[in-house]
Amino acid sequence: MSIPLLELRNITKVFRIGGGLGLFSTRTIKAVDSVSFTMPADKPVIVALVGESGSGKTTIARMILGLLKPTSGDILYRGRSVSQWLKENRLEYYKEVQPIFQDPYSIYNPFYRIDRVLKMTIRKFKLASSEQEAEKMIVEAMREVGLRPEDLLGRYPHQLSGGERQRFMLVRILLIKPRLIVADEPVSMIDVSLRAIFLDHLLSLRDKLGTSCLYITHDLNTASYVADSIIVLCHGRVVEDGSANEVISDPLHPYTKLLLTSLPVPDPRQRWGEEIDLSTLETFEKIKAEKGCVFHARCPYATDECRERAPPLIEAKPGRRVACFLYTS
Amino acid sequence: MKSLLQVKDLKVYYKSIWGDFKSVDGVTFEVYENEVFGIAGESGCGKSSLVDGILRLVAPPGYIAGGEVIFEGVDLLKIPEKELRRIRWTKLAYIPQGAMNSLNPVIRIEEQIIDAILDHKQMSKRKSRQLALSALKSVGLPVEVMQMYPHELSGGMKQRVIIAMAIALKPRLVVADEPTTALDVVIQRGILQLLRRLKEDYGMTVIMVSHDMAAHAQVADRIAIMYAGKIVEIGFVYDVFEDPLHPYTKGLISAIPSIGRKYVKGIPGLPPSPLNWPAGCRFHPRCTYATDVCRSVEPPMREVSPGHFVSCHLYGEKA
Repeated sequence: MSIPLLELRNITKVFRIGGGLGLFSTRTIKAVDSVSFTMPADKPVIVALVGESGSGKTTIARMILGLLKPTSGDILYRGRSVSQWLKENRLEYYKEVQPIFQDPYSIYNPFYRIDRVLKMTIRKFKLASSEQEAEKMIVEAMREVGLRPEDLLGRYPHQLSGGERQRFMLVRILLIKPRLIVADEPVSMIDVSLRAIFLDHLLSLRDKLGTSCLYITHDLNTASYVADSIIVLCHGRVVEDGSANEVISDPLHPYTKLLLTSLPVPDPRQRWGEEIDLSTLETFEKIKAEKGCVFHARCPYATDECRERAPPLIEAKPGRRVACFLYTS
Repeated sequence: MKSLLQVKDLKVYYKSIWGDFKSVDGVTFEVYENEVFGIAGESGCGKSSLVDGILRLVAPPGYIAGGEVIFEGVDLLKIPEKELRRIRWTKLAYIPQGAMNSLNPVIRIEEQIIDAILDHKQMSKRKSRQLALSALKSVGLPVEVMQMYPHELSGGMKQRVIIAMAIALKPRLVVADEPTTALDVVIQRGILQLLRRLKEDYGMTVIMVSHDMAAHAQVADRIAIMYAGKIVEIGFVYDVFEDPLHPYTKGLISAIPSIGRKYVKGIPGLPPSPLNWPAGCRFHPRCTYATDVCRSVEPPMREVSPGHFVSCHLYGEKA
């Protein structure tokens, strides 16, 4: 097999919490626990990393982007570790790996016009040879994502709507043409009517420019719409992965099943059947178990073994990994 | 169906140096007894301002520029503040957006609920404690929660404490503004089912404001669609989802990415600004059916089929 585009090998991230200056810190939290997965290099793909709050998905994104260092494990981009890339070819790494963040309101410097963000990008990555060429590139990229340059250039970020700001992030992507986008909840703050349009842009980036994307989300609905494959995270661990169609139509892990049955269907004729018992919704014990399977406290199938030992991530079917004792025997 | 709340031509404006932001610009609807009434729309369409208007919570620079809110025969916008206070909580409760973060972090849950009860109705402490307990029970929280502090609870549990506070005095109408945003899907489902139960088990009337059409599909009996400070369509939830009339509603419904749905399409263009709404129909710049009349004349609200109202020139002749 050829060298993958991105490979996470047993990534673990431990945060210390509490205590000033770290002097009194007694508690640690394993935000990401031995996570491994790969994204292929031979064809562009959109991989969805799906998890609820506290699942460690944003921490993983930040480690891939070099904003956080893993406590242990390796992240390899095209066969070389990210830390090495950042030490030796920082600019080159960011030319190839670009983020799209969740909150389009907080990423812009409010004192600079939007043009400057784009021009700086062009200058930094040496994308154009002249000022005119730079301007032409900006105008073309804006038209591509449905923004009118004549209306929007020269504006300050606060004069733009959330949808426009998030599209300016796409303009940046179109200018830089990275090979991999790490998109952390890119549509959760934009309106439904514009969401599908943004997701279609991710699809066309994949198909036209060959850009791969790690699409990080809590929302299985949008994941099923854009992703080729889905990785399900629960409390810092991968509990299941596989092709998007299979994970959605035939979920293996009880956690994935719970997520899928909890999704509200936008059709009043398909309402939830039985009510979920509110008293079992959340327990006082930390929902994440200290030992054993991360999901055992909420799992209807949990046995003593699940409470004692963490199930390994095994290949249950070709191309389908699951971490659950239901599939080990 | 008996009417419980009538909102007539309500206008909520915000003063600014550029002029008035007309967030809610002439909204009329009626809520019946014992129903879940959903108000849907995207950010900036005026949903939250509408709620503020109904509950008379608009704070400066905002002001009520006109209209009536009739609840049980009285206009909430005209009665003295003191009388309004008597109605709030006992008859009309409110679950604000992001309410779970409004609990006082240094006071036990028990005291917070009891304070809220005693603040609005005179009774013995013992009686109020009983009410607090039964409210907690009805939202599925165990007794232990009474003695806990907010930080010991998860987001979903805090949201349920807020709902317990709101229903402790058995109000007739509960208004919930975005009750499930920022909660995980499984918890979301629990909260939505709980709102539905307020209607079914406790006979309350619920107004739920949410941007999430799927949430409305799951719990609402009737639904109003807001766009640019106006209601563009009102109807029974089945009618609106199966036979949406307004082009905006149609677009909104087909824009929801959902499992098993192959065809998803966004609405091109961007929502307009409340400072300067488009003339005529406010949706016309984004509407594929727009004609000259749409660009100049504001379409009136028409009843196209029983209980199904729309404000769109496409339905002019049928009325």
